[in-house]
Amino acid sequence: MKFTTLVSATALAVASTAFVGSAQARDQVQIAGSSTVLPYASIVAEAFGENTDFPTPVVESGGSSAGLKKFCTGVGENTIDIANASRAIREKEIKACAEAGVKDIIEVRIGYDGIVFASQKDGPAFNEFTQVQWFNALSPKVLKDGQIVDNPYTKWSEVDASLPDAEIAAFIPGTKHGTREVFEEKVLAVGCEESGALKAMIDGGMSEDDAEDACIAVRTDGKSVDIDGDYTETLARIDSNPNGVGVFGLAFYENNTDKLKVATMAGVAPSTETIAAGEYPVSRPLFFYIKKAHIGVIPGLKEYAQFFVSDEIAGPDGPLAQYGLVSDPELAATQASIEAEETMGN
Amino acid sequence: MTDTTLTPPSGKTSAPTPNKITSILELDPLTKKRNAAEARFKLYGIIAIGIGLFFLVALLWAILSNGLGAFSQTFVKVDVPLNQQQIDDAEKSVVKTSKYRAIIDDAFAKELAGANITTEMSAKDLQKLFSSGAAATVRDYALANPDKVGTTVTFELIASSRVDGYLKGRVKREDLAEDKNLDAAHLDLVDQMKSAGLLEKRFNWSFITGTDASDSRPEQAGIGASMIGSLFMMLVVLFLSLPIGVAASIYLEEFAPQNKFTDLIEVNISNLAAVPSIVFGILGLAVFIQFMHLPQSAPLVGGLVLTLMTLPTIIISTRASLKAVPPSIRDAALGIGASKMQSIFHHVLPLAMPGILTGTIIGLAQALGETAPLLLIGMVGFIASNFPDGVAAGFFSPNSAMPAQIYEWAKRADPAFYERAWGGIIVLLVFLMTMNIIAIILRRRFERRW
Repeated sequence: MKFTTLVSATALAVASTAFVGSAQARDQVQIAGSSTVLPYASIVAEAFGENTDFPTPVVESGGSSAGLKKFCTGVGENTIDIANASRAIREKEIKACAEAGVKDIIEVRIGYDGIVFASQKDGPAFNEFTQVQWFNALSPKVLKDGQIVDNPYTKWSEVDASLPDAEIAAFIPGTKHGTREVFEEKVLAVGCEESGALKAMIDGGMSEDDAEDACIAVRTDGKSVDIDGDYTETLARIDSNPNGVGVFGLAFYENNTDKLKVATMAGVAPSTETIAAGEYPVSRPLFFYIKKAHIGVIPGLKEYAQFFVSDEIAGPDGPLAQYGLVSDPELAATQASIEAEETMGN
Repeated sequence: MTDTTLTPPSGKTSAPTPNKITSILELDPLTKKRNAAEARFKLYGIIAIGIGLFFLVALLWAILSNGLGAFSQTFVKVDVPLNQQQIDDAEKSVVKTSKYRAIIDDAFAKELAGANITTEMSAKDLQKLFSSGAAATVRDYALANPDKVGTTVTFELIASSRVDGYLKGRVKREDLAEDKNLDAAHLDLVDQMKSAGLLEKRFNWSFITGTDASDSRPEQAGIGASMIGSLFMMLVVLFLSLPIGVAASIYLEEFAPQNKFTDLIEVNISNLAAVPSIVFGILGLAVFIQFMHLPQSAPLVGGLVLTLMTLPTIIISTRASLKAVPPSIRDAALGIGASKMQSIFHHVLPLAMPGILTGTIIGLAQALGETAPLLLIGMVGFIASNFPDGVAAGFFSPNSAMPAQIYEWAKRADPAFYERAWGGIIVLLVFLMTMNIIAIILRRRFERRW
């Protein structure tokens, strides 16, 4: 008797939960993550709403790490379906996801994005940069006369005579942005190695890991400012500081060519062509991650992913390329992997 | 401070001091000094008000000069022949709107030829004059009016943001030197089209009634959907915070015993009123979304969070207006045999009502302009892209709010969104001003003094 009461009570509870659940059934895809991917995702979401019978997906911004954290809170209708990221998901995040029950994740690479170094249009002539110059300007410890010393430079012209005689004022993305990681890897770390600082640090008795960490450190005396907001904030900072040099996405620069001028990096000017050809050194792939458990539960999820990577949208003549995305030459493989719902690690 | 001038120097008593002749017509130095101090203080006050006014005017000027542009929009008149065959073909493809663009391109080339404008630009380049939303306009019309297929329909299609910016003076010819969205050659064409009457700049209703648009078409973005989101949030705030707030303050003010416990509650309420609003957002994320499993980005959750934020404001103002009702009214009611509850609900509460309503409206206005807590519950981004279908969907389906939409626009890359952000501020200010004026009118009309 008691057992049946318990069972029926449980059944009632489950039924009412199911009812509540169905009452809130969500019919649109929910996406969150990188503010770099947001413009592309919003363009696709809008076109998806226009061209299909599914409602327009909702895309939140907030940064790659914040988006992946949200993605990894669990499976269910009140969690997001897709996380946009301007960097690949980290091992740590995959583990956190698995602990919360998000086990099958589909990784989709949508294309490439260039990171450009731009300054005020009428400001000093910052036209050519190299990674070594950026490393020497921003690192707290640099190699000078064969010695590792505290960074003595206050002006770009002291870093390299070819640069303008202007105070160093760099505006770089904050650590919550995926862009920061690319900046560290492709600019600071490369500059560290090329300038010989890495070798000098290891020779000076540092372990290789410590030396690599020291390479991507950024000076904290105010010459370099972390921007935690979006590129518009960087633009505002540069607008008010003629000597400022900022780190932007290529698409953002292309929308603001009236205010900004862009510099070459290691002799290559940033453009969709040079990035696609792999000549421009500071570029990175953009991703989104799908919760496989939500496919079939949230209507339009798989269709959205397929629509996103279709040739008409993500191809070289599509609206994304027009906005500034460098389309992925291996798009066909991505399309096939979404079709087969291939998850990571398989 | 000025005692020395009043008392004669005590050391020199030998020399008799002459009697000072005073007149009420002549001001003595002390009075002069006091008058001067008063005049100075008045001057400081006027200067303070002047500085305040200066900043207000500067702010309004900045808002209006930046934002009024969002209320007008350039349209291009094009006669588009709707052909059943072309429409069927377009409907078969994956991205249907791109085929409709081709239809517009053809029609536009004919339109230019008809107006005797010659150009060497390719169809792909000419496309840049139009918003990418133009194709959707044509498609929606063709699908909604199948009887019009086979005829030629005159459309007023939205021009692209750069063309619009050029006509508004925001985009200059020299700005386009390195722009890949539009060339100076396009502007020559725009000038010709303008004199031929193909272009028209007029009031932009869709800014007020429309939904948000993606980064590639700022010209189509409107604040309408997020206005609806704000409305539903305010409904939640009003229907939760008013009854809870008033009940709490009546109990605290009239019934609760004065002891350490009620003192503690009082201190906490005052503290809560000063808590930064983002803290309520974190609370909302943890409690409403992660624990209670309410949907993300829903105006219901936004409303709940803002209710928490508004409650202290309403409780404090309600208690103040209850306190302002003189005790003689309570005593009189009690004296003729009314119960305590009767005395409060029949006499005190009606007299305190204007104050309560004013406090509520001001609390609501504050909640309407709040962005920070909404950041954490998923209401900032490309959210307000659909109108909710029905009242229940209005509470549960994802939507943004006006201040969150303004914040989002201000972040986007295309400068045309920046203009929209200022335009959104104007709309928000109109709402806030209306609410505050209603509060003032209520106070003026119904407030009683004893």
